[in-house]
Amino acid sequence: MAEPLLDLRHISKAFGALQVTQDVSLQVHRGEIHAVIGPNGAGKTTLVHQVSGTLTPDTGSIHFAGQDVTRLPLARRARLGLARSFQITAVLPGFSVLENVALAVQARRGSSFRFWRPAAAEPPLTACALDALAQLGLAGRAEALAGDLSHGERRQLELAIALAMQPRLLLLDEPLAGAGPEETERLVGILAGLKPRYGILLVEHDMQAVFALADRISVLVYGQVIATGTPAEIRANADVRAAYLGEDH
Amino acid sequence: MAIFAALALAPLVGFGAGHSLSLLARAMILGLGALGLNLLVGGAGLISLGHAASFGIGAYALVMLDAAGQTDAGVVFPVAVLAAALFALLTGAVAIRTAGVNFIMITLAFGQMAFFTAASLSAYGGDDGYTLYGRTRLFGTRLLENRWFFHYLLLALLVLAWVVGRRLLASRFGRVLRAARENPLRVQAIGFSPTPYRLLAYTLAGALGGLAGALLANATEFVAPSFIAWQRSGDLLFMVILGGLGELHGAILGALAFVLLEEYLAELTPHWRLIFGPLLVLVALYLKGGLLGLVQRRG
Repeated sequence: MAEPLLDLRHISKAFGALQVTQDVSLQVHRGEIHAVIGPNGAGKTTLVHQVSGTLTPDTGSIHFAGQDVTRLPLARRARLGLARSFQITAVLPGFSVLENVALAVQARRGSSFRFWRPAAAEPPLTACALDALAQLGLAGRAEALAGDLSHGERRQLELAIALAMQPRLLLLDEPLAGAGPEETERLVGILAGLKPRYGILLVEHDMQAVFALADRISVLVYGQVIATGTPAEIRANADVRAAYLGEDH
Repeated sequence: MAIFAALALAPLVGFGAGHSLSLLARAMILGLGALGLNLLVGGAGLISLGHAASFGIGAYALVMLDAAGQTDAGVVFPVAVLAAALFALLTGAVAIRTAGVNFIMITLAFGQMAFFTAASLSAYGGDDGYTLYGRTRLFGTRLLENRWFFHYLLLALLVLAWVVGRRLLASRFGRVLRAARENPLRVQAIGFSPTPYRLLAYTLAGALGGLAGALLANATEFVAPSFIAWQRSGDLLFMVILGGLGELHGAILGALAFVLLEEYLAELTPHWRLIFGPLLVLVALYLKGGLLGLVQRRG
């Protein structure tokens, strides 16, 4: 197989005596969804922070698109094509939906040290933003204030922002959290549609969605990957059943 | 708009008397400084409590040039602006690394550093200040000493600063700045580091403050360390909040209201601060969106 898009090599992280990530290695290839599941407190969010760049692992290294990004800050990784969505939606509430996305487009298109021309009057920015919104079915809400969106719409906006960055890898931190059954179905459909063009690292609680979407699943328990495999392999794995699925199901 | 029209007409409808005209000049100069500050507070979400330092740098640049015999506007104003911008760039490079209360404290600390430095400049009057025996010369003329000309020059500068500031906030640059105010983490996740954008805004606000400081020195024909005192920074911050953070011209409205109120109350009673203080508290408590918000709700 080709070189993986994202390659975590033996990363570990401790907060004081608490080992939150222990020797985690996993890969995400282009065109694949690699899901990370695990019970609460397994260290999923800490792992997301290390991949996105808000935390730095104590040991081990993170390679993205063939480059060592272990010590690069969030903004630099984003420019390399690593887009993350937030578990707690982090849209800009005082901006319109369109402007939220246009800002992400702006990050990929030319310098933002431009001072005179109104950014809202740049057709390419607006066009790309509308395009991303249309993919998520949000085009009709372009002029609404992001703060006025429903929870599900904000989830969609998060994804639209990530897509507008024209990333290579989507790092999705519980994109389905808090979504109702219909919204979940919609979002699962959208994610499945995105899969061929990106690599996706999906951290998610919704087991049904994970088993429907993922090509590979890694199970994280107490900061350690106890198993990696296809959904069928994970379902059959005795350790996983004992540590995790057994408790939940 | 309405504010600018009122300022343009003011000298023609009875405000022409020397005192009230210089009062308006003072308000417009402070408005210019407050406008710069509002770029930071309202635009970038950076609350600086050291903005008077840029006033002081601008004013003292003028004083030093005056002492050296240089009073040409073509030299004085650019030097004042550049000096204040440089100071803001250097102190901003440190201050921008912090956020929230720490940012307020660091800007306050830099402001006080500038204050005590000015007070120790014995060659330029130290604590007692420095009296200018003439205003800056414009193309060799004494045009700036003409009250009417000065009034309309200030108005023109104010309008210019407002127009430029508005364009700035609507531009790509301004969009990143405003987004970083709303959610810096989101802005970083998109691929922007907010620091250079904020530092540039801080420097621009400083430059505008330097211009205002040099103009204030011209208006009062006297410069003292009190130009830089933290109370002045507090006044400026209050003007911005009084006027309303939402729009750039809120700062101009705030400066006008502040200066006129101060003057009116001082005429009414020597204990005017007893009224002024609680009034400011009430505004901060109940006037969300400042005076501008009040006007817009009515309108």
